[in-house]
Amino acid sequence: MLQDYLPIVILVLIATGMAGLVVLLGHLFGPRRPSARKAQPYESGMRPIGPGTRRMPIRFYLIAVLFILFDIEIVFLLPWAVVFKKLGLFGVAEMLVFILILLVGYVYAWKKGALEWE
Amino acid sequence: MDLGLWIEWIVKAIILIVVLLIGFMYLTYMERKFLARFQNRYGPNRAGPVGLLQPMADGIKLIFKEEVIPKQADKLIFILAPVITVIPAWVILAVIPLGSIQLFGRTIDFSLAGDLNVGILYIMAVTSISVYGIVLAGWSSNNKYALLGGIRSSAQMISYELALGLAFVGPAMMASSLSLARIVEAQSKTVWFAVLQPIGFVVFLVAALAEINRSPFDMPEAEQELTAGYHVEYSGMKFAMFMLTEYTKMIVVSVIAATLFLGGYHFPFLTDRWPWLGPLVLFAKVIILLFGIIWVRATLPRVRYDQLMALGWKVMLPAALLNVFITAGVMYVLGMIA
Amino acid sequence: MITVSLIIFLIVAVITLGSALMVVTARNLVHAALWLVVALFGVAILFGLLQAGFLAVVQVVIYIGAIVILIIFAIMLTQRNALEIGSRFNENWGWALGISALVFAALVWAIVSWPGFHVQAQPLDARFDSVAELGKALVASNGYALPFELASVLLLAALIGAIVIAWERKPEER
Repeated sequence: MLQDYLPIVILVLIATGMAGLVVLLGHLFGPRRPSARKAQPYESGMRPIGPGTRRMPIRFYLIAVLFILFDIEIVFLLPWAVVFKKLGLFGVAEMLVFILILLVGYVYAWKKGALEWE
Repeated sequence: MDLGLWIEWIVKAIILIVVLLIGFMYLTYMERKFLARFQNRYGPNRAGPVGLLQPMADGIKLIFKEEVIPKQADKLIFILAPVITVIPAWVILAVIPLGSIQLFGRTIDFSLAGDLNVGILYIMAVTSISVYGIVLAGWSSNNKYALLGGIRSSAQMISYELALGLAFVGPAMMASSLSLARIVEAQSKTVWFAVLQPIGFVVFLVAALAEINRSPFDMPEAEQELTAGYHVEYSGMKFAMFMLTEYTKMIVVSVIAATLFLGGYHFPFLTDRWPWLGPLVLFAKVIILLFGIIWVRATLPRVRYDQLMALGWKVMLPAALLNVFITAGVMYVLGMIA
Repeated sequence: MITVSLIIFLIVAVITLGSALMVVTARNLVHAALWLVVALFGVAILFGLLQAGFLAVVQVVIYIGAIVILIIFAIMLTQRNALEIGSRFNENWGWALGISALVFAALVWAIVSWPGFHVQAQPLDARFDSVAELGKALVASNGYALPFELASVLLLAALIGAIVIAWERKPEER
């Protein structure tokens, strides 16, 4: 069991090392001639106006909430899909009900305009 | 656990990353060449014969470029973001099966962990991590365009992740497993799942294009409105890493699409007879899919952001759910008859 | 007896606890969210060590891939997200410490007094497919069918709550 995951751990470690190496390459060989102008945030050549970090619209938050909802649905769907062939009508109907309840939320969000971007 | 196994894993891991690196280099070349031909140009043809050394030249140039870290940027996260971006793209293919051969009385599996029993969930997990690099790059730059581009791309990615995840359910149902090796096996016994799951296949392809921020869904690169999106402030090798990730992800989604829907490393008769052809068969399928991705870029204009989100939530998600329902219904009825 | 998995467990546990501590002490909210990611990763590895591969991957998909993303979006909703806000402690920290210690003690007591805690668990059969077993248990009438359906109602309530709080505007604001 642990053996199944060890190669992935090794791959992650090697990938991390490689990525660090690439960043290091740029640091080692790139010239460094900093100036105050260069360090300014890029705004199409104009002087930056106001702070760089702004508040984000609430829309993105709602999208993330909807995302969690359906992400959990998928996580439940996958083990169900694996045993689907062995399930009876009850098991299939069970999942149908689960999805339908979540779809109520989806339709609600749609009707409230949470999916509209103007 | 013997030492041989460890060496085998390390060698396989290094080969995987090196193949992806070389694949990235020549994918940029392939794309530039093809786009040029689509537009009746020559494309890169100066460095080496027919421009074959162009990717090296680009790489060497980028190594010697100055890297600017903007004032007020969150330095640590600014440097970490490209690293976090690139790692998921390199590790996701660990669960792709590549077939196995018999050599010296021992079965040699080409893949790293092709038979992992949660393979599909592993792919989902790694995909969901890849949002971080983009969000952090946008946030740490302390630049309005970067932040806006980062948030937009991340919202786009999580929206299409749902359709992508639901497209996985069909193959999992038909193969009765989350292991990609079992999924390929199931396809080798029947037909490719692209035939049995046409809606799922199309949903997967479209969602995958959006997931990797690729044309026509390449919001972060909307030069006209966002200058370049989340990586405006990046330069030199760190910028190269974002490009590297983007192209590596193209390869990665092609590999996953080929494995889930186009039979993976298996090809009727060919790999049954010569199992060592497995990786090459997969390679050929991937090249065809990559050509399709480049073709799409050459053909379609960019989608507006509101259209993009509407497509994701109002078309792709219902279509993917419908596909699950249809698959469940048909399989249930067929099971009743049999 | 010191085994490889025990060493891994100790390292991962220390990292998890350390980064959990960083979550509550980091001065920058985005940094705190990132420390939370590290802590959740640690928990995922602990699941993996307990041969619960499915839970380990789901931990990453749901907690790291969805919930912390939501937290980061929520942080970016606030005005002073990048600014370092003063001290992390207010005058009630003593009370908080006492209550958390009490809750922790109660949890430890509850777990230790459970008879199963003292039994050495048997390693799972190599053919045991946790994913398939979970799939069956979720929708079986004698399994977890009811909690499973209730989970969807809970999720629905969360979504509607979020929309009502964040989305509904008074007519004059439109």
